[in-house]
Amino acid sequence: MTAIDQTTAPVVTPPRLLALRRFARDFAGRPSALAGLAILVAVTVLALAAPLFIHASDLNVINAPGQPISPPSARFLLGTDYAGRSIVTLLIWGTRPSLAIAVIATALTMILGSAIGLLAGHFGGNTSRVLMALTDWFIALPTLPLAIGLAAVLGQGDSSITIAIAVTSWPGTARLIRAQTLAVEARPFIERAKALGARDRQLVLRQVLPNVAPFILVSATLTVAGAILSETTLAFLGLGNPTDVSWGSMINQAFFQGAVSAGAWWYILPPGIAIVIVVLGFTLIGRAVENILNPRMAR
Amino acid sequence: MSSTSAPLSARSLSALEAPPSAGASGARDFAHYLGRKVAAAIVSFAMLLVLGFVIFSLIPSDPVEALTRGHPTSAKQIAFLVKQLGLNQPVLERFGHFVLNTLQGHLGYSWQFETPVATLILQRLWPTLLLMGSSTIVSILIGMWLGIRSGWQPGKLLDRVSTGTAITFWSVPTYWLGILLLVLFSTGIGIIPPLFPAGGMSTPGTAGGLAPAHILDIARHLVLPCLTLVLVVFAQYQMIMRSSMIDELGNPYLLTARAKGLRDAEVRQKHAVPNALLPSVTLIFLQVGTMISGAITVETVYSWPGLGYLTFQALQIPDLPLLEGTFIIFSASVIVFNLLADLAYRYLDPRVRRS
Repeated sequence: MTAIDQTTAPVVTPPRLLALRRFARDFAGRPSALAGLAILVAVTVLALAAPLFIHASDLNVINAPGQPISPPSARFLLGTDYAGRSIVTLLIWGTRPSLAIAVIATALTMILGSAIGLLAGHFGGNTSRVLMALTDWFIALPTLPLAIGLAAVLGQGDSSITIAIAVTSWPGTARLIRAQTLAVEARPFIERAKALGARDRQLVLRQVLPNVAPFILVSATLTVAGAILSETTLAFLGLGNPTDVSWGSMINQAFFQGAVSAGAWWYILPPGIAIVIVVLGFTLIGRAVENILNPRMAR
Repeated sequence: MSSTSAPLSARSLSALEAPPSAGASGARDFAHYLGRKVAAAIVSFAMLLVLGFVIFSLIPSDPVEALTRGHPTSAKQIAFLVKQLGLNQPVLERFGHFVLNTLQGHLGYSWQFETPVATLILQRLWPTLLLMGSSTIVSILIGMWLGIRSGWQPGKLLDRVSTGTAITFWSVPTYWLGILLLVLFSTGIGIIPPLFPAGGMSTPGTAGGLAPAHILDIARHLVLPCLTLVLVVFAQYQMIMRSSMIDELGNPYLLTARAKGLRDAEVRQKHAVPNALLPSVTLIFLQVGTMISGAITVETVYSWPGLGYLTFQALQIPDLPLLEGTFIIFSASVIVFNLLADLAYRYLDPRVRRS
């Protein structure tokens, strides 16, 4: 952050490490942030470990182990789905596509949003005006109809859902990163770099980007939460990969295969609760990080 | 899908940028302002047409193949379809036709209903307006009430409970909540009897028109979808109102009002609320996009015969002209409401209105 510190006091801890420590201490002092982190770690471990104890035969619709839509029992703790598969198994397996799609879509969103935000913030003038007009216009478009249109045109499947989410969720990030770029570029070390002859490319990538990176992180945690909701919504509407099991497709199958008229609460409740818990986890972390980095930004 | 950050998003704030200016030239100022906003809306609409064309006409690799999937088709029929859809023309020419047709209200033919898309949309418009209108009104009333009280005393019990509820409901998928309410109140569980009908807008076979029995029937069908939307959306209004109330808290005019000896409730209702309403009212107009997203999934769950359910039906084929039509109608209505928000702000600000 400040090259001067490094030259005058070479033995002290680098400022970035100090800032990181301060951040960790602040984060650990917030119960809601820790709760969010705990949820996240648990869900990620479950998603990664799922293939160790779930086999393809457990997920096969044909020759499923139980009776269709039967209530919880000792063998099936949360009952079975329309094909007779264990809800617990489906629930654990469903973590994988939901998380994977949300994380990849968020990564795409961050690349797109940060690039536009950095360019608009750094170059200003007409570049900024055009890019921000585009961003504002995109923010105003209703996201679900746009995502539905894109996913429908690209065809059923994980990649079209991912693209649809990324295309609809970048504008918020672009706005945030542009504002932060403007704030960073007003600081003296940028002027110093310019005086030393730094070009646009070096300024943006080496000076500005590291300083706006924390805000990209905040934006990412909140975007993942939104992306999970979007992913399950699109999967519920039938746009997901028809051969895979995700939380959205579970609710879709429950709804369209008669769980409602059967009053099969054990089929409908678990995937929804799973979605709420994970979304809440990401939201809690995002809000905490937002509060730590910029107490005035989130009230 | 709601916005990913706090409900007070950047979009919402951009509506407030217009600086209020008063003076003798107020009327001319207003005409100028109006002209600029209308021009911006027209540009937005033009860009929307480009986006719609790109998504629904350029990205699909082969509409003819999609159209004839599962049917035996001769080469002659395919050639006819290519000509009919205008696929043999240059892209710019196709775009020109598309723009002209859309402006004249021709949105193409639905593949599955074999009816003009515009006709279908007109048929389904009224149920959506009824559902969105009623749930907007109810959620504004609840959200405003809670927002005013929780923003007046931030950190107190009511604020903590209602803000927590708001964040939780934000994390709940709308369609899932709809299904839960459906199981609880329509199928009935345990001691809860089936209270409301499961879907549709009226019981088949009943007399239509304005007969009281018919209106009552529609109202009974409306309860659950409306309740679902309200539960998901009221939080947005509450957060907006809460944060504008908090913005007013430190202002000296409140101290003056208290010094005059007014009771707390009077200071709140007569002094703080009118000022806090100003930014909120315009932000409320901008929630239409959220409402549309909610309406699509809620209408799907309750088979409510509106535009959202129509979108879902189009998705099953997928019926591209119909999807394109609903996409353009939804997005255009958001553009219109953004324009209304700009105008409402201008009108509601007393500093401008007086001139």
